[in-house]
Amino acid sequence: MTDQPQQIGLTRDAMAQRVALDIRDGAYVNLGIGIPELVAKYVPEGREVIYHTENGLLGMGPSPEPGHGDPELINAGKRQVTANPGAAFFHHADSFAMIRGGHLDLCVLGALQVAANGDLANWSTGGPDAIPAVGGAMDLVAGVKTIYVITQHCTKKGDPKLVGACGYPLTGLGVVDRVYTDLAVIDITDRGFQLVELSPGVSFDYVQERTGAPLIAVGGAPVIGSTEP
Amino acid sequence: MINKQVASVAEAVADVFDGATVMVGGFGEAGSPIELLHALIDQGATDLTVVNNNTGSGEVGLAALIKAGRVAKMICSYPRTTNSTVFPELYRSGRIELELVPQGTLAERIRAGGAGIPAFYTQTAVGTPLEEGHERRTFDGCDYLLAHGLTADFAIIKGRTADQHGNVVYNKTARNFAPLMAMAATTTIVQASAVVSLGKLDPEVIVTPGIFVDRVIAVVDPEHESALVAAGVSYR
Repeated sequence: MTDQPQQIGLTRDAMAQRVALDIRDGAYVNLGIGIPELVAKYVPEGREVIYHTENGLLGMGPSPEPGHGDPELINAGKRQVTANPGAAFFHHADSFAMIRGGHLDLCVLGALQVAANGDLANWSTGGPDAIPAVGGAMDLVAGVKTIYVITQHCTKKGDPKLVGACGYPLTGLGVVDRVYTDLAVIDITDRGFQLVELSPGVSFDYVQERTGAPLIAVGGAPVIGSTEP
Repeated sequence: MINKQVASVAEAVADVFDGATVMVGGFGEAGSPIELLHALIDQGATDLTVVNNNTGSGEVGLAALIKAGRVAKMICSYPRTTNSTVFPELYRSGRIELELVPQGTLAERIRAGGAGIPAFYTQTAVGTPLEEGHERRTFDGCDYLLAHGLTADFAIIKGRTADQHGNVVYNKTARNFAPLMAMAATTTIVQASAVVSLGKLDPEVIVTPGIFVDRVIAVVDPEHESALVAAGVSYR
């Protein structure tokens, strides 16, 4: 036995895998930069998902083989990608008409903070030296039907990222539907944060202590991975 | 005979004047008209307002134009990216103005400007710091913000193939803002890897019809921003 603390909570990949279970066959999906990008790897076999990148591509595929990329075939994170068979290119007004017009089914984004009423802060810390940069985040949360957030439950300093009210500048008001963290799956409801599932080895109290607003328990929340998709 | 093809990038940008608003195509390096940007640096126009999604990277293309002190104001959605150092430095020292616009609102403002629509309402940015200065109005129980159409004196964009009438097709995600900017500018200048004779472009697949284009210049083997940055190139 060692004094090494046991790893508590899901890895980033396991978080992404859990999100992927909730993406239905045939969905049109926009994945944000960072952890959200991992979700595409884990879509269960037998489901076809079409990925949208706001810089003008539906049917985005994975990164190209080394040496086979095109610097003009990139994703919103400006990394080289591929176009799947059946893909389409379009200009920015069409791309954001898809977003603003409610044509996309789902967007998965990262977060700095999520409030119990679904407010999201994910574009700026508001620091005096920060260069403000918003990209398409405000358009996505305002326009896409369902918004999932995937994030660590707490900051590196241990502060809750699920809070009563966001302190950072907002990206959108009341836009988040569900949050997937390393500790739990939590829905945003009219009454606030509602526990859906707990990560293996994590208790309700453990999550509540690390959440900046009351967590509602409904019945016994199942453990992530214990139920069939 | 209509022939919009010009002989050099220098000729293409010769009349850009001090204080002009210039829309520059591209999302990151995809669609960035590097050769036209370098010609604009050589040409010398200054005090420009530039519309682009980003602010360039390294010290080539748009970043080089900014570094040369020619840009008084940027209108963009995401002014910091990997290898973007020129803009942040000028911004922090108060030497360049920034109008930050959500990406979709920026695209639609340009489209509206080109389509003769003075303003429109969008849900984007309601309740956020970027609401400031925008009229809010309720339609069917939802709140929207007023956004104004955006036009420019010049657009400089990059296509894959063009013809002498100014019809343009693009390469993959290099299309991005270019078709919108072509509509919104008084004078639209296109650099294309190939300029083909009339009839070679299938009318069914033309993305930008020539009515939106004023000048076409062939830049057969255009530079890629990332390759220049990786090679440590600094223009001027």
